[in-house]
Amino acid sequence: MSVAIVKVGVGNTASVAFALERLGASATITDDPRAIADAERVILPGVGAAAHAMSRIDASGLRAVLRDFSRPLLGVCLGLQLLYETSEEGDAAGLALLPGAVRALPASTQAPSPHMGWSRLARVREDALMEGVAEGAYAYFVHSYVCPIGAATIAAATYGAPFTAMAQHGNVFGCQFHPERSGAVGARVLANFLALPC
Amino acid sequence: MPARRIIACLDVKGGRVVKGVRFEGHVDMGDPAELAIRYRDAGADEIVIYDITASAERRVIDYAWLKAIARHLDIPLCVAGGIRSVEQAITCLEHGADKISINSPALERPDFITDLAEIAGTQCVVVGVDSRMIDGEWTAFQYTGDTKTITKTPRRMLDWIVEAQARGAGEIVLNCMDRDGTREGYDIAQLAQARARLRIPLVASGGAGTPADFVAAFVQADVSGALAAGILHSGAVAIGDIKRAVAEAGVEVRP
Repeated sequence: MSVAIVKVGVGNTASVAFALERLGASATITDDPRAIADAERVILPGVGAAAHAMSRIDASGLRAVLRDFSRPLLGVCLGLQLLYETSEEGDAAGLALLPGAVRALPASTQAPSPHMGWSRLARVREDALMEGVAEGAYAYFVHSYVCPIGAATIAAATYGAPFTAMAQHGNVFGCQFHPERSGAVGARVLANFLALPC
Repeated sequence: MPARRIIACLDVKGGRVVKGVRFEGHVDMGDPAELAIRYRDAGADEIVIYDITASAERRVIDYAWLKAIARHLDIPLCVAGGIRSVEQAITCLEHGADKISINSPALERPDFITDLAEIAGTQCVVVGVDSRMIDGEWTAFQYTGDTKTITKTPRRMLDWIVEAQARGAGEIVLNCMDRDGTREGYDIAQLAQARARLRIPLVASGGAGTPADFVAAFVQADVSGALAAGILHSGAVAIGDIKRAVAEAGVEVRP
């Protein structure tokens, strides 16, 4: 199977590639529009800042490629946030594959931002991406912005307020946490993604 | 708060994990990749790797061994060691790091924190602070990896962490040097004062000796994570023992 990991300039793309490698899949880290359009699966990873990442996506001519991609697409962390319409982070316009706006986590001494650490997943609705993931399983989050709860939400997590931890709409999937860094839980989510029908 | 993190720290010198007392007299503790995997299997919530002499020797962390370790890890990996440019930080991310911890280079050029946060995002930027009490003030130190290079800075620790946060740091790791390797417990007073000034996560470092020390750091100083090195390397305390003690104290940890 060919998996393309989108190179958005900055990101822990290697971590994602290593995680797929541990699952026996091989991945190509690329920003080549044709390689991405032709891939059987695409992962849009993520660390970095939204506005910077979107400018890289536009500079590489990837906005339309990602919007038109019809096989399974998985956004991870910032990659999930980029799937929404807009982000407060640098007033970025996202890929608008999922409805809604990404907002900043309010920071306080009681709930420091970024939300950095292991938090529990609460299932909102059944989806193939969550198969075999126990209710309340811990996943590793590192983020300062949150995606809204909506029809696409398949799992939520709570930090101050609930937010979307996993999403699905059509062929578009996303995880706010880092599956590549979430131990056995994350490995299961990635394996589920790889097992989705094309 | 998410579950409190128990963080295993590997101080690497010459490609080997070492441990000293108050940053001196380093003893060989093993191979970084083997120890990282062992702690992952034992339930560590995060691994931190410090190439402790990189800054003092004016070089960058070794990317080859970073990749060798990152490849096997399925928990977060933070790296530190002589990273003084955005390009070097990105290279670390490209070799499997999730977070970049900067210490001496941030003191050399505080704008580096901002530059890195703008490109990599604040969540990626950890500022490590080595602090020691001098004339009644907690004071930030620099180039602490080697006794020949260690330097006192003019900065008060409490001012520096607030500045680092304002410049875009996503987390502060406070290394309380007077406790380092002593196993006398974390410096709760210092950590609590630091915690009160921050709205980003704070990680306790220096002095862990028993599981009760972790409980104290979480309950009394309200830190997000607690880092340990020597007690884990020597086998004196197991991560499972720490997590049991923390959970029994009513503090959420990942099982």
